[in-house]
Amino acid sequence: MRELVVISGKGGTGKTSILASFAVLAGQAVLADCDVDAADLHLVLTPTVRRREVFRSGNEAVIRPELCRGCGKCAELCRFAAVLRDFEDPRGDGSSRYRVDATACEGCGVCVRHCPHGAIEFPERVCGEWFVSGTRCGPLVHARLHPAAENSGKLVAAVRQEARRLAESEGFDRVLVDGPPGIGCPVISSVTGASAVLAVSEPTVSGEHDLSRVLELCRHFDIPAAVCVNKWDLNPQMTRRIEGKAAAGGAGVLGRIPYDRAVTAAQLEARAVVELGGPAAAAIRAVWERFKETGE
Amino acid sequence: MTVAVASGKGGTGKTTVAVNLALSLEEPVELLDCDVEEPNAHLFLQPRWISTRTVSVPVPQVDERLCTACGACGSACRFHAIVSLKTQPLVFPELCHGCGACVLACPAGAIREVPREVGVVERGRRGEIRFVHGRLKVGEAMSGPLIRAVRSEAGQSPITLIDAPPGTSCPVVAAVRGSDFVLLVTEPTPFGLNDLRLAVEMVRTLGLPFGVVINRSDIGNDAVRRYCASEAVPLLIEIPEDRRVAEAYSRGQAAVTVLPQLRAVFRELYDRLLSVVCSPGQRPVPAGRS
Repeated sequence: MRELVVISGKGGTGKTSILASFAVLAGQAVLADCDVDAADLHLVLTPTVRRREVFRSGNEAVIRPELCRGCGKCAELCRFAAVLRDFEDPRGDGSSRYRVDATACEGCGVCVRHCPHGAIEFPERVCGEWFVSGTRCGPLVHARLHPAAENSGKLVAAVRQEARRLAESEGFDRVLVDGPPGIGCPVISSVTGASAVLAVSEPTVSGEHDLSRVLELCRHFDIPAAVCVNKWDLNPQMTRRIEGKAAAGGAGVLGRIPYDRAVTAAQLEARAVVELGGPAAAAIRAVWERFKETGE
Repeated sequence: MTVAVASGKGGTGKTTVAVNLALSLEEPVELLDCDVEEPNAHLFLQPRWISTRTVSVPVPQVDERLCTACGACGSACRFHAIVSLKTQPLVFPELCHGCGACVLACPAGAIREVPREVGVVERGRRGEIRFVHGRLKVGEAMSGPLIRAVRSEAGQSPITLIDAPPGTSCPVVAAVRGSDFVLLVTEPTPFGLNDLRLAVEMVRTLGLPFGVVINRSDIGNDAVRRYCASEAVPLLIEIPEDRRVAEAYSRGQAAVTVLPQLRAVFRELYDRLLSVVCSPGQRPVPAGRS
């Protein structure tokens, strides 16, 4: 079973449009949307949700106002500025002097362990949910991180694990992963151990800059990487420069996709670009033919 | 006045808005690029670099002569960054959040903290604009401490602009927390709308005033405008697609340097966001600030 991941470094280069087309071209595969805090693949693949699971990860500190004596130990020890002091004793009975900002709490438990009055609870944290759905291209595992939540990397790991399990139990030989932008925690979680990565770039100074960092990440984790330049005709000279640098860094150069209004048109119709046709669709088809063999 | 520029979806034009706003305002401005995974603003601002500092997180170091292998550090750590099964503990620095739980838990005083570098903060200047960004080490998972380090550089100009990373999770929260206003940049497509909804939920969770910029406003459809109207979200400005702007962007030139008449558009954007900040109905009490 092979796991192929599409990432980009820079956001908005066309990852999801390309991955949705790959899903159609692959015929049948297990699909995984690992861009868990801004997932979009479902907008093209219009899934029917079959299973829904709550994603719990880590814990969060909650101060019980009736037990808090206002000593301030928690605020003193918290390194994430997550303990806030409320107005000075508004009711005159010493209640509710401190509270925890859930969006700042790292879940380290230092305040919980060191509160002299045992006033801080530490419930498990619900960070989002994940789904297994049916689509016209095969099963889709996708997720939704709660807004402003933590642990996106762990949710990505859960999505990938379920996608691999499904592929094995249902006899699929491919998992196609739509990755998040950037190079941090959720990206690392999306690519580690994958069979191959396709980095989608665009012919701009920021596309070039971000691609170099994302390819460095792939080398760091020793994952075979390939590159394609989307909207290449926006700046042909920059396209050549990006391809040259990628090849010099050991990445396969799989092709160029032209700027094509059909890409937005397909999105508006909730279809993959290759289901609509046009110059971009033909180019994506050519990239897929090469990418599906990468890293074998 | 701190204005953060954010978006759920990547590639909608956050950096374009932040950089061109900085270049268009007449007041002294500082621009902080908090997209430390993929910082891009410097490519368009082209600042003269002035100084660099490394940013570290504290990680435990165990003095084996003092350690009694009691295991207290391992049971205190919520991140499996220090593991002790009644043995000398093993430290996994890349998992460490730097919370200090192990140091506090060790009864023998055998743990001290040493710095582990996660990236650099670089400072520069372009004319009257003060510029700061962070650059995360490649392979480093945690961006939060570096983003907070970039944020801590704010406060030397009357106006602070923050270029946030894409998404709606913890790195974005670290970048936009404490802002006076969040500009959400989107595009009028189904992906743009879906990710805008998520970003709106995020800023509402944080209790921050916000408004929307529609970039490439003539592609796609009308759904983002209808959403803004139905949710009473202030739609501040629409920027039509322009091949000249896209080509200038590809070469690393800011839009206002090739089309100076756009400065008026960005100044207008700033005036409109100020009017939202100053209207009491749009100012929720920030939940996350004391």
